[in-house]
Amino acid sequence: MQHTHTQDTLVGLFVASGFAGLFFLALQVSNLSSYSNNDNTYKVTARFANSGGLKIKSQVSVAGVRIGRVTAIRLDKQSYESIVEMSIESQFDNLPDDTSASIYTAGLLGEQYVNLEPGGSMDYLKDGGQIEITQAAIVLEEMIGKYLFQKAEEDKEEK
Amino acid sequence: MLNFLQRLGRSTRTSFAKLGRGTLFLVCTLAGITYVLPRPGLLLKQMYSVGVLTFLIVTISGLFVGMVLGLQGFNILSDFGSEEALGIMVAASLVRELGPVVSALLFAGRAGSALTAEIGLMKATEQLSGMEMMAVDPIKRIISPRFYAGFLSMPLLAALFSTIGILGGHLVGVGLLGVDDGSYWSQMQANLDFYDDIVNGAIKSVVFGFAATWIALFEGYDAIPTSEGVSRSTTRTVVNSAFAILGLDFILTALMFGDN
Repeated sequence: MQHTHTQDTLVGLFVASGFAGLFFLALQVSNLSSYSNNDNTYKVTARFANSGGLKIKSQVSVAGVRIGRVTAIRLDKQSYESIVEMSIESQFDNLPDDTSASIYTAGLLGEQYVNLEPGGSMDYLKDGGQIEITQAAIVLEEMIGKYLFQKAEEDKEEK
Repeated sequence: MLNFLQRLGRSTRTSFAKLGRGTLFLVCTLAGITYVLPRPGLLLKQMYSVGVLTFLIVTISGLFVGMVLGLQGFNILSDFGSEEALGIMVAASLVRELGPVVSALLFAGRAGSALTAEIGLMKATEQLSGMEMMAVDPIKRIISPRFYAGFLSMPLLAALFSTIGILGGHLVGVGLLGVDDGSYWSQMQANLDFYDDIVNGAIKSVVFGFAATWIALFEGYDAIPTSEGVSRSTTRTVVNSAFAILGLDFILTALMFGDN
């Protein structure tokens, strides 16, 4: 096989299209583009009685807009509470320190996420701060169990 | 019984000897980089025959695999009323598994067998010995450029396969079956992680490229220098590469995706 200029061009095109494919995968397919300002975040923790199906990388949102992600979930050995650590983008540095956090589910069977409800305080949450007012995840089985129990009690009273 | 034991012992010994020869061969090939780097023309020519000529089969297969995934995924997901998850289903299966594995199998079939046949024939027609007589190391001159060409081409081919497949899934899912365009992409972006999925897929394709090219070149170099020997080596290349790729895929998947 003779070495020609056409071959050089074809190899160049091949390599270029391969890299174009890699870029496409990185930017269009994966979440790399949403990592762009990854360094500019601050950490906030919250204690929940039950963090349910919350996972690392779950969304943290205010009014439905994503402002950060869950970075760690630990168990407090003393109080048996779940400590959820979140990193929040530093452009949203004006969350009041009486903000409340609750764990909601997106859709009926969707992923769980942390919803923050800003309070009215004039002081803002800082890096390493803690959210005091929390509402635990709603566990569907627990709710059904409570409902059934309540129903049975009512039936007993009617008799 | 004794005969059986003898045969077992012999085949064990020959396979270990072959593994040893293969490893030495690999070391010499890797060391050939000092010869290849100052001569990029050699590498370019092999990139053409290994990469560019495999480009067509990889892209066309990628398109069809993506289209089939779109069709099958839609049928299953619509039973659960979650057609919007089609994007993530197509992308995750392509990027994590099908992209690297299928393109590596195609690569072994298209480029690997050609490499084995070429080198086996060079050996049978004593071109390799001729080079040695002229004080040119055939491993550096012939094998190394081909090895590095295959090693470099494979990740690019796998990335192309996944890209074209995702576009093919989009063509069928969004174009024909009416999945929402926005949710196809957004579900994909929300659930695929760059490091966990894309980079791990790329690592897989690098490993497969390494294994498939090594097997192809070594089978050619180690072929019995007759027409029958070359044909048998070519068959062995395809069979062994397929085993190596699928076995390595299991190990790599267990390592990368096992802990979540």
